[in-house]
Amino acid sequence: MDFEPGDLVEIKTKKGVFRGIMMPKHAFSGEDIIILKLENGYNIGIKMEDDTEIRVISKRTSRETHREIKRKVDGIGVSVLGTGGTIASYVDYTTGAVKPAISQEELLLAIPEIEDKYNIKSRIIFSILSENMKVEHWKIIAKETFKEFDESKGVIIPHGTDTMAYTASALAFMLQNLPSPVILVGAQRSSDRPSSDAYLNLISSLKLVDTDLGEVVISMHGSTSDTYIHVHRGVRARKMHTSRRDAFRSINDRPIAIIGNNVVFTNTYKKRSGPAVLRTDMDEKVALIYYYPNMDPEIVYDIGSRMHGLIIAGTGLGHVSEDIIPVIKDLKSKGVFVGITSQCLYGAVNLNVYSTGREMILAGAIPLKDMLPEVAYVKLMWVLANHPGEEEERMLENIVGEFSERRVGIEYV
Amino acid sequence: MFKAGLEIHQQLDTKKLFCSCNSNLSDNVLGEFTRVLRPVQSELGEYDAAALMESMKKRMFIYQITENSCLVEMDEEPPHDVNMEALEIAILVSLMFNCKIVDEVHFMRKIVIDGSNTTGFQRTALIGMDGYINTEFGKLSIKSICLEEEAARKIDEHEGIAIYRLDRLGIPLIEVTTGPELRSPEEVKRAAQIIGYALRSTKKVKRGLGSIRQDLNISTDGERVEVKGVSRLNLIEKIAYYEMERQAMLISLAEEIKKRNPPLEKMDIIDVTDIFRETNSKIIKNGIKKGDKVLGIRVPGFKGLLKSDRYRFGKELAELVRVIGVPGIFHSDELPNYGINEAEVNELKKRLSVGKDDAFIILVADEEKGNKAMKYMIDRIRNAIKGVNPETRGPRDDGTTEYLRPLPGSERMYPETDVPPIRITMEMIEKIRSMLPKSYEEAIIEISKKYGISKQQAEQIIDEEMEDYFSRFYSIYQDGNTVFRILFNIIPEIEKEGLDVSKIDYDVLDQIFIALREGRILKEAVPYLLKIYIEKNSLPFENFKPMELKELEEFLEKIVNENIEKIKSRNLEGALMGIAMEKLYGRADGEMVNSIIRRIVEGRELK
Repeated sequence: MDFEPGDLVEIKTKKGVFRGIMMPKHAFSGEDIIILKLENGYNIGIKMEDDTEIRVISKRTSRETHREIKRKVDGIGVSVLGTGGTIASYVDYTTGAVKPAISQEELLLAIPEIEDKYNIKSRIIFSILSENMKVEHWKIIAKETFKEFDESKGVIIPHGTDTMAYTASALAFMLQNLPSPVILVGAQRSSDRPSSDAYLNLISSLKLVDTDLGEVVISMHGSTSDTYIHVHRGVRARKMHTSRRDAFRSINDRPIAIIGNNVVFTNTYKKRSGPAVLRTDMDEKVALIYYYPNMDPEIVYDIGSRMHGLIIAGTGLGHVSEDIIPVIKDLKSKGVFVGITSQCLYGAVNLNVYSTGREMILAGAIPLKDMLPEVAYVKLMWVLANHPGEEEERMLENIVGEFSERRVGIEYV
Repeated sequence: MFKAGLEIHQQLDTKKLFCSCNSNLSDNVLGEFTRVLRPVQSELGEYDAAALMESMKKRMFIYQITENSCLVEMDEEPPHDVNMEALEIAILVSLMFNCKIVDEVHFMRKIVIDGSNTTGFQRTALIGMDGYINTEFGKLSIKSICLEEEAARKIDEHEGIAIYRLDRLGIPLIEVTTGPELRSPEEVKRAAQIIGYALRSTKKVKRGLGSIRQDLNISTDGERVEVKGVSRLNLIEKIAYYEMERQAMLISLAEEIKKRNPPLEKMDIIDVTDIFRETNSKIIKNGIKKGDKVLGIRVPGFKGLLKSDRYRFGKELAELVRVIGVPGIFHSDELPNYGINEAEVNELKKRLSVGKDDAFIILVADEEKGNKAMKYMIDRIRNAIKGVNPETRGPRDDGTTEYLRPLPGSERMYPETDVPPIRITMEMIEKIRSMLPKSYEEAIIEISKKYGISKQQAEQIIDEEMEDYFSRFYSIYQDGNTVFRILFNIIPEIEKEGLDVSKIDYDVLDQIFIALREGRILKEAVPYLLKIYIEKNSLPFENFKPMELKELEEFLEKIVNENIEKIKSRNLEGALMGIAMEKLYGRADGEMVNSIIRRIVEGRELK
């Protein structure tokens, strides 16, 4: 049978005759099911049997819609570098499948208004879901971002939200002395939905271009309402909810700014400086492990001994069980850096309070203040590659605001 | 030719369609949040940036959270798996309407950006198609059975902000769409009744006002008009009738315009505020004080078309501008009036160059809104020659309808990728088939047999959804005809006399039916007793004790003796019967009285 998605077909089964456009298969659809889009717009699944007849009435016609981006040449230069994710995903209107944006036009479909004010330079550097992001991708983003600083007053990076905070941390260390802000923007509802949060996140982020901010930040909804966004320091932000618009939170710190109609700074921040310094080397032999009760010390050893650095997310103030302490000592003697963070996320680690902690210190573990486990993981890769032999000193140096010495506030979450 | 189709939306009495929230409404507002909705990608090409911004400003939605809503209704969490109970009901309904059932269900997103769905779309799936239902006027085709999400409940709307409550969002709805085959308002009502009965017979649907809503699609000359959201069944026929009349008026108006062939290309909007500086019209005076303008247009050749015995086009125009916030218009077919005097009318005619066959329209509003309203009207006037214009109308309580908006284009539907397809197996269908309730016809036959009443009576019981009510009293007094007569004739008759029948509660009726069963009263006494109860709150059964036969015969002898000479009527027995029954106060059986009177009268005649 010679038919393909997009064809207008007529299907004759025991139940009767169905006529419609054949649609591509859904991953969870039955093996023997053909999906038809009926004239009234509904999709239905029809079971194919031996005696089912399919007749093609007409072959698919492609409806290419093309939209040009107007460039306002005398506008403020802004670069948009697409990397994929929900914010740049669209329904393919012929097939009905959600796919990532494939052109710079599609990247900006959510915000046509910006063409009036800004001279937008947009391109897609790759298009992947953020769970597939690797160190090599961080390097590409950093290098591509670096190239944009000459022409742009701001670089906007649409990015999947799952690992956005890791990428933000990597960029924060790889790109320093920023001459313009680097803004990672995501969405929890894809841009093809009328209720997408992409629009507010993007349009508000653009307002940072007109400020003197010179940091790597994450811009996302500040609440469930479409009224304001929060600008989080990249090395302090974490995705704290699987699905809400306001999933991102600044941990152990306030957001840098709130943007409603205007940008209101709510924290200290690094101003634009430049020229930018690009250092993308990373030592990928770093692991992040999450301690749990009854954890087999051998697992820690197996992993740690293959690495140059190990970050442990310990319990409470940063603890692991006492049977793991000898492993830390072993690893340390092999030259493996062992850094300690907390699963609590909120608050700093402190290994002086209980005997286990003191034993850990004696074994050579380095408590990493209130740094987030993921940030410590990324930072250690960067430190090992760029400051070999200075791990301990550099890990405890506040390079881009990745930890704080004071924690304040009546509430914390 | 009148042609109509129905879309019936029935809420199901289950949990919500895509989450575990309860589906009852709530006044317990726990919090609010604010959202905007934007036209989706495919539309963006048609909007320029400025227009898009404009539309944005006008669209702010506040959503109220209640205990019956969760992150799913907030659009902060993907939909959960579909509610299988609701899906099974949809399959059951599809079987009742003889539909082909799909092998795999695919939920779709139907784009709706009026704020009634937080997502900006309604989730909907087609479950059955190409079915029919039998009616007394033949087979009515059922085009589709869909299972969909109910929209959020609009609480308020003012200056660009609409407030919705999330309690109603996500309640499962079954949508039944008929073919456009109904040929009269009576058929429309009948079809709605029959479909409504079928839905209720599943015993899984919500009851009460708002739980079922009908949309009517009516066309008399090809163009379709949709009347949206009729929630009361007894309005349907009226609405269909009035809409038929309205369309007939528009069609004859179009013919008249063709005949007159007026030059409608040129209609200029003219500011005539200065004519009304000293006006006695309160509306205009207040408007001018606020800084509003009075704007006027000449409508060439339209004299008598805006308002006369045959044409009421002015009303159509007034409804049109009301939608954009202009409360009304004044036109030449009704002026001078409303404080506007003859001198002002003459001045208007001069200024607007109104000839003897022309009409004119004025309105008072702020300049921008007024000009927009005028432009809408000019368009509508030019389109009047096409007869009926396709539009969406809303029902009013009196059965008339009002303009809401133009008919939307074809619906934009995309796959709901968050809900996996659901396989419907033959086993599932067969299991559900075994639960099929009785059809309407079957139910009528069953009820008429069970209670020994006529089919018409059974039909009335079903149509008025009174079966439970009826069977309660039948269980006390097993005479179906008498129970029916009391519930469906006597009580309504008493109500017609102006008495407050709401005082007659179950308890009162229980006592009456028990007294009937025990022979303490006869059915003839019931109207008297009910009236006494309404007026005096008592049920003096002892005063209505049935007369002994001997006593009755003597009583009737007396009646005949006293009256036989006076009666001029040819129906002597009937007249005597009337007098007797009135004096008997329900203490004797009518048939018995009739036969005794006949015997007495015949006895006299023989002599």
